[in-house]
Amino acid sequence: MRLDRFWMEYRDNRIAVVALVVALLMMAAALAAPWISPQDPYDLASLRLMDARKPPGHVNAEGTTYLLGTDAQGRDVLSAILHGLRLSIQISLIAGAIAFSLGATLGATAAFAGGRFESVIMRIVDLQLSFPAILLALVISAALGQGRWQMIAALVAAQYAYFARTTHGAAAAERSKDYVEAALSTPLPAWRVVMRHILPNCLPPLIVVGTVQVANAISLEATLSFLGLGLPVTEPSLGMLIANGFQYLLSGRYWISIYPGIALILLIVSINLVGDQVRDQFNPRLRR
Amino acid sequence: MSEATQLSSAPGIAVDGLEPVMSVRDLRTHFEQRHATLKAVDGVSFDLYAGETVGLVGESGSGKSVTGYSLLGLIDAPGRIVGGSVHLAGQQLVGLDAAGLRAVRGRQLAMIFQDPMATLNPVLTIGAQMQLALQAHGRIPEAQARARCVEVLRQVGIPDPERRLQAWPHQFSGGMRQRVAIAIALLHKPQVIVADEPTTALDVSIQAQILTEIHRLVQDSGTALLWISHDLATVAAIARRVLVMYAGRIVEEGPTRAVLHAPRHPYTAGLLGSLPQSSTPGQPLAQIPGSPPPLDALPAGCSFADRCPHAQARCREEAPPRVSDSDRAWRCHFPLHLADAEPRASGASGASGTR
Amino acid sequence: MKSDSAPIHLEARAVSRRFESPPGLSERVAGWFGTAPLPSVVRAVDLADLQVRRGEVLGLVGESGCGKSTLGRMMAGVLPPSAGEILLGGQPVMAPGPRGRKTTSRVQMIFQDPFASLDPRMRIGEALAEGPLAHGLVNAAGSAAYVAQWLQRVGLPAEAAQRYPHQFSGGQRQRIAIARALAMQPDTLICDEPVASLDVSIQAQVLNLFLELKADLSLTMVFISHHLGVVRHLCDRVAVMYLGRIVEVAPADALYAHPRHPYTRALLDSVPRLDLHSESDVIALPVPIQGELPSPLAPPPGCHFHLRCPQAQAQCRQDAPAVELVSAQHRVSCHRWREI
Repeated sequence: MRLDRFWMEYRDNRIAVVALVVALLMMAAALAAPWISPQDPYDLASLRLMDARKPPGHVNAEGTTYLLGTDAQGRDVLSAILHGLRLSIQISLIAGAIAFSLGATLGATAAFAGGRFESVIMRIVDLQLSFPAILLALVISAALGQGRWQMIAALVAAQYAYFARTTHGAAAAERSKDYVEAALSTPLPAWRVVMRHILPNCLPPLIVVGTVQVANAISLEATLSFLGLGLPVTEPSLGMLIANGFQYLLSGRYWISIYPGIALILLIVSINLVGDQVRDQFNPRLRR
Repeated sequence: MSEATQLSSAPGIAVDGLEPVMSVRDLRTHFEQRHATLKAVDGVSFDLYAGETVGLVGESGSGKSVTGYSLLGLIDAPGRIVGGSVHLAGQQLVGLDAAGLRAVRGRQLAMIFQDPMATLNPVLTIGAQMQLALQAHGRIPEAQARARCVEVLRQVGIPDPERRLQAWPHQFSGGMRQRVAIAIALLHKPQVIVADEPTTALDVSIQAQILTEIHRLVQDSGTALLWISHDLATVAAIARRVLVMYAGRIVEEGPTRAVLHAPRHPYTAGLLGSLPQSSTPGQPLAQIPGSPPPLDALPAGCSFADRCPHAQARCREEAPPRVSDSDRAWRCHFPLHLADAEPRASGASGASGTR
Repeated sequence: MKSDSAPIHLEARAVSRRFESPPGLSERVAGWFGTAPLPSVVRAVDLADLQVRRGEVLGLVGESGCGKSTLGRMMAGVLPPSAGEILLGGQPVMAPGPRGRKTTSRVQMIFQDPFASLDPRMRIGEALAEGPLAHGLVNAAGSAAYVAQWLQRVGLPAEAAQRYPHQFSGGQRQRIAIARALAMQPDTLICDEPVASLDVSIQAQVLNLFLELKADLSLTMVFISHHLGVVRHLCDRVAVMYLGRIVEVAPADALYAHPRHPYTRALLDSVPRLDLHSESDVIALPVPIQGELPSPLAPPPGCHFHLRCPQAQAQCRQDAPAVELVSAQHRVSCHRWREI
């Protein structure tokens, strides 16, 4: 079956396999954060101010080891990273899924409908694509205020355009193919043709865009949190952790910012590498 | 090998007993894939003589196009010419390095491709492309080069050639573009031209024009032409000799008329029988049952055995060797019409191929 | 012949189809600066009148740009005509509403490229069952058996329903496309160059299938092709098109033996014929039609063929020829058909 073949070729690229493993491990760890993290960083009662700003490996009075040190409030950095990862991944995946559905449906419908509808929709999409995603997310986030769903809305607004454009291109190509004409001539209703024939055939480029956009969403979210927008202080994501530790970077307490930063980079890079490999495999011209 | 001596000692369709302009012996081109090797061309041998047109006929997957590309060394990885020889004017082309091949291509050996839309570079004028082709084999003074370009354009029947040199490919129709492609092939007066389905992508009426043009040009210039096609009718119109290919091997060769009247190989007979022209309108066509074997899993024995109505035990065990007589050759243990060269009755004898 | 007296089943009345591309923004801006926009109206089909009787196979031949595919699509109810009407059993073939859709479903189309006419992501069984399920020809419970029946009818095993198109060869895919069309239980089939992309030996298999279906299911068929030999073999009557106009319609035998239109004659002469019984060794080249195929964007005035016609005269340059009867079944559009 096709999945087997896909995996066999994927295996050839060792870097991509490593990246996939890393990304999956991080996501698994993030998902399991409430159970595997040594400390609950959101539980203010469990924090000990005495342990604030301790370096990695420090053992406190009760014998707990802070593997990656503590931050300004005495939070275990490792636990904070795990929970932050969890939040980042949750938000990005949800935003990505919504942006995917919205954008894909919009793009496919525009390509199928043609005419003025298509022109208007795609001009709006193009307009939006000409803005940097960060700017857009910033503006919307600032307008909507803080909160998880507000953040998701900002991310969706910033990202749906990529999906719409990709789908439009693929759907326009599929629209002129014989099997679509055959379906229409049966006759089958237009919505059915779009949903059952056109959209599934647009999946390959969409999957590629989707993979990369998840990484983009994570990075966008981190940026917004770093700047203090989006999520409230009580739900620290990776961006906020980095922001919190920023002031201590030059005074030698690097671990508060650096470790969350490394976690962020690892996640984004590994997802991007997976996305690259998927894109190359889906590109028929690169096949030997 | 014994096959090689058989070929060179056989008179062939000797044009007054001359040496062939190109000799191909036991050419093998394989495509290496993950789990198997595709034997696209598996031991092909033939000669080309000056001024004659030879047709290479086969269906898709027979290896005819790969043969053509192999002659010019245009096989890219994962394909590779793994054996055999191609002699052109005393030079061995197989194994020649890139520089050597470039020196031969366009000058002594030229190719015409199937799709005239893709052959010409859309961002260069016709004149520019022809100049590039001309100057690739040595600097020629500007005026002389221009004159040569105009001359070949006139030869291929393009009206007002001086002005057309400044035209762009998109201003030409499909038939015209193919003529330009032929003109480019003729620039250096090559000894051999390989044409890979040059009229397949063209309309019927243009096809006829190109056929007549090429036929005339080849006769006038004494170039040898290898015409690769799946269309027996076109080949019959233009080629004096025909080679029939199946699953990477030449299964029959000989003068076109003789092969079409009285085919020796059951595949040729089956092919002829399945043409609409071979039966009465409204009557079922004689079919060749089944489909060609996969090129990465060729059977031991004759590749056609599974589909042949005359196949016997020996056919499945032993690959038939090339057998020749006077001007014909075939690969079959039990060839048809061996005793005579009578015209074949339509549909009756030969492969019945009933469903 | 047998279908002479059969009622007219599928009819095109004065059908025309124009394709226009209105000048885009950049072209209009260029217009302000003085460049005239190029004419961009293509008369793909120009006042075509065609009747197909029930149970007959009509061949539609012509070269590229002649409009046969466009006419075929209009007859299948896929493309609306710009003018005129297409009637199937008296009903318009493309009409809104449930009755209109029912009429459209009675005409099914088979496309040229077997690699593009099947959805690569759908299993064969699903693809075949989709139309019948949507139109109530079969219910979900019976669909598997229904699909199997049609697959076997075209010579494929029932297990094929589980596989994807890419697992089949070109000839097999074309059979699947035929099965898909037949599963809608049409009374009419429009076949657009169905064997053009197939090898000769596979072509024979598919043509034999068409012959069988013609006999068993009494289908009315329109067979579009540029291959005169194939058309001759399969069709009862043949219509020849050139640059959007129908130039001649006649029973197959009459057309090939006594063509009346200069284009038909020239076309027949220009096809390389495989003469398997000739004794001569002389290479018999086909006779080409002089001149180039004009662009559909700028067809010659009067009779479209006059620039390439050896018998053209002044009248041919000015007036488009009317349809005249050679005999009851044979029509031609030429000013001079009586003299030549």
